[in-house]
Amino acid sequence: MAVADKEITRIMATDCGSTTTKAILIEKRDGEYRLIRRGEAPTTVEAPAEDVTKGVLNAVGEIEDLEGRKFLKADGSTVQVSPDSPDGVDIYMSTSSAGGGLQMTVAGVVKSMTGESAQRAALGAGAIVMDVVASNDGRLAHEKVADIRRLRPDMILLSGGIDGGTIDHVVELAEIIKAADPKPRFGVGYKLPVIYAGNKDAAGEVAKELGDKVELKIVDNLRPVLERENLTPARDIIHELFMEHVMAQAPGYPRLMKWAGHYVDDKWKQVPVMPTPGAVGKLIEIVAKQENIEVMGVDIGGATTDVFSVFHSGEETVFNRTVSANLGLSYSVSNVLASAGFDNVMRWVPFHMDEADLRNRIRNKMIRPTTIPQMLKELIVEQAIAREALRLALVQHKELATGLKGVAQERTIGDAFEQTQTGATLVNMMNLDLLIGSGGVLSHAPRRSQAALMVIDAFLPEGVTMLAVDSIFMMPQLGVLSEVLPQAATEVFDKDCLIRLGSCVAPSGQLKKTDVLADVSLKMPDGSSEELQIERGKMFVLPLGVGEKVQAVIKPAKNLDVGSGPGVEWIGELEGGVVGLVFDGRGRQPFNLPEDDSTRIAKLQEWAKALDIYPDRFLNLEGSE
Amino acid sequence: MAFAYTPGLRVASVTEVRKERRLPLAGETLVNVGDSVSAETVVARTELPGNVKMINIANIMGMPPGDIPELLFKKEGDPLEENEPVGQTKGLFGLFKNTVRSPIKGTFESYNNITGQAVLREPPIPVEIDAYIKGTVAEILENEGVIIEATATFVQGIFGIGGETRGELKVCVDSPDQELTGDLIDESCRGRILLGGSFVSYETLKKAIAIGVNAIIVGGFDDKDLKKFLGYDLGVAITGHEKKGITLILTEGFGRMTMAHGTFDLLRSREGMLTSVNGATQIRAGVMRPELVIPVDEALSAIGSDKQAGAMDIGSPIRCIRAPYFGKLGRVAALPAELQVLDSEALVRVLEVEFENGETATVPRANVELIEE
Repeated sequence: MAVADKEITRIMATDCGSTTTKAILIEKRDGEYRLIRRGEAPTTVEAPAEDVTKGVLNAVGEIEDLEGRKFLKADGSTVQVSPDSPDGVDIYMSTSSAGGGLQMTVAGVVKSMTGESAQRAALGAGAIVMDVVASNDGRLAHEKVADIRRLRPDMILLSGGIDGGTIDHVVELAEIIKAADPKPRFGVGYKLPVIYAGNKDAAGEVAKELGDKVELKIVDNLRPVLERENLTPARDIIHELFMEHVMAQAPGYPRLMKWAGHYVDDKWKQVPVMPTPGAVGKLIEIVAKQENIEVMGVDIGGATTDVFSVFHSGEETVFNRTVSANLGLSYSVSNVLASAGFDNVMRWVPFHMDEADLRNRIRNKMIRPTTIPQMLKELIVEQAIAREALRLALVQHKELATGLKGVAQERTIGDAFEQTQTGATLVNMMNLDLLIGSGGVLSHAPRRSQAALMVIDAFLPEGVTMLAVDSIFMMPQLGVLSEVLPQAATEVFDKDCLIRLGSCVAPSGQLKKTDVLADVSLKMPDGSSEELQIERGKMFVLPLGVGEKVQAVIKPAKNLDVGSGPGVEWIGELEGGVVGLVFDGRGRQPFNLPEDDSTRIAKLQEWAKALDIYPDRFLNLEGSE
Repeated sequence: MAFAYTPGLRVASVTEVRKERRLPLAGETLVNVGDSVSAETVVARTELPGNVKMINIANIMGMPPGDIPELLFKKEGDPLEENEPVGQTKGLFGLFKNTVRSPIKGTFESYNNITGQAVLREPPIPVEIDAYIKGTVAEILENEGVIIEATATFVQGIFGIGGETRGELKVCVDSPDQELTGDLIDESCRGRILLGGSFVSYETLKKAIAIGVNAIIVGGFDDKDLKKFLGYDLGVAITGHEKKGITLILTEGFGRMTMAHGTFDLLRSREGMLTSVNGATQIRAGVMRPELVIPVDEALSAIGSDKQAGAMDIGSPIRCIRAPYFGKLGRVAALPAELQVLDSEALVRVLEVEFENGETATVPRANVELIEE
């Protein structure tokens, strides 16, 4: 549904998050689309307002104040979309994760096969998967029934069986859903949407079981054969039902959905409101496709952390998204501590700290989630927790972003000694070209180098990887914009959204006795040459600005890899950024921090100084407030 | 910008409290609009569908699923007794019959010809809800519950453990900075709601449970004690369902924290009165804080009720809710419009606060909460 670019020059886009509604104004000036202004206001889904559009009006109102122009109708009742008037905009669109986003339960016959495919379909559509029900998940039927009833999902995705495969098990799952008779979270008197995307031969039986109890939609099987997933039909219907049923029940959404749109040939055309993570995923897919690179994105929020990835698998490009529902830095901060353990959080703090003190600080952040660190010490603690939240989110992503399990593999004699299993993770940090961080703790870190070191520590990129952050978290709006106006979305993404921090170079592999991990020769932009060494256990930064590039030859030590294979020279271009080129000699596969407390603290301080992430007074913070 | 929005916990001396008492599923309401109710009055009742038991009759009988219906003794909706035969094979010449018996008492809900599975359901589970506070029935939510209204003292805490309970309020400390220690708790505290000061330890809490105290209200509690008390590290802050034999409400936060004077003085003035409390806390979208409701006979005071919720102005009383001034009380002295750089180097919107001792400080606006007067 792409529209000719000339028709649209003024764009208003909002993202209604669970706590804040963010509005951005994009305009085409001098032939290119640029971000002009940003405004924000608290989200108003809860009492007393109970109407999401109030927050939208407030956020757009802030842009009006800052810009000195009108974007709302004279009576302030709605966003003004009027291509013929100097006031207002040409198109308005929105994403939303307010009210807890889209919460789903998925079901499949075998947990690691159709169960996982269903999970990927739901996650890719932007949902939070609350439970995966499978015939072999170890629960008794009545326990499954009780769990479905207790969780009250917004929607259920039922899959199972390849086409022509099992019918019994699929019908059994339908029976369990029927017995549970789940009631939706919002709205009394409407039926719960259930999507069937399983064995086509079982569709009739499933309809017989569920037809009159739920709002049943039948789409193509998401795993028609073991070797192939077909997730698009299921994802599309999830988006459709999200709009029609879930959002339509949330306060103010029917109106928001009417507002979002533009005029095409004098006729009003609606633009669907997308779930926030679905929109971000869309944008990351586009970036990977356009530049033909492998990309990861992470968005760390207050309640959840989303990880997106696009990796190559053979001839195919595979997109994956996971959401770690209880890893975040405000509402979920205590859960990060509970999941990672105290020692894992503490290992990133460059000074000694009392356990009871740290625990109380984290809890106080949990109960007052909107507070921000005023003191440097508190900021450092919060960034330590962020590292663990990011690390755990990546672990969860690796577990789900896998090849298909249960697929027959052809093995040659050469593979006889390599016991590779089906369903290995697709996440390969060595192949990763671009790593994008987003969310308050990364986007709003007082120094950009802090964001760089946080993502390096948490994600441990290998070889050569470009690091970037989303400047003001506008990927959701650009994602929905990409549906209508792809050119505008990519132009703004490149120029105003993405802040390149610089390339990170990290040799990977078992360290033998060598103290030098790699020799680096650089041909600088001014024509001069630099010879550097990446030393064991050391980090350093070479200043190189945004858009500047150097020709590099990196020769790793024996066994170590920087992208061309163990011990093989890497020749290519390194690109700078606001931080510069980061050389990391701390090792990968394995990466280990010193176990002894004093040595570890000394090392953390050394690395922090090398990247200049904190003012020097951080060395004297022990015992302070 | 002359004012700002900030979250705040309610501490109201006399206010109109409306409590929705809703059933988990549709049911019947048992009171009428205008009825006076006590906290214990049952106001609505329903029955939750019983648990489901699934048995695969085809497997047990060793027959194809499609052949089973004619062998069943029960049809959909029939009542069942425990151990009652549900179906039986024809056997060989009338012998070696294989009987399938119901493992539960309940109803025969359905049988599926494809899977061979029968769904049996246990009898419904009755659920009743009470009024929770003494007051008047203000509204009936048809088939769902009621709304109870009362004139009451209403205090919100910041974090709680345990669900609804009630009892007479008993003040156990002399000042808001005194710790509630074990020696202050004796037999006279049984069935009461205790008002402590700045802190309660795990050991004191254990003693209170042993004596039969219904709830404790204090300023702070240690997280390591919380872990010991719950037996696990609390992950996501959703509480209220714990069955620990006591409800604990913190008014300030974690660590040793002097209770806000206003809160302490107000609650002290209500000593001996019947108090309903709920420790349930949900810190996520749709935040829910623990609360104390003390119905009073006083007339509603008009003061302060017209103030815009969350609006902060010069002179507004506030509490700092983050280090380095955590727990300190004061008043807004200035609301500068320009962003300022913090010790952490972050550039944010701030306010100037004048503390009770006359000292002043600059703090991020996000790090204060409004105390409602």
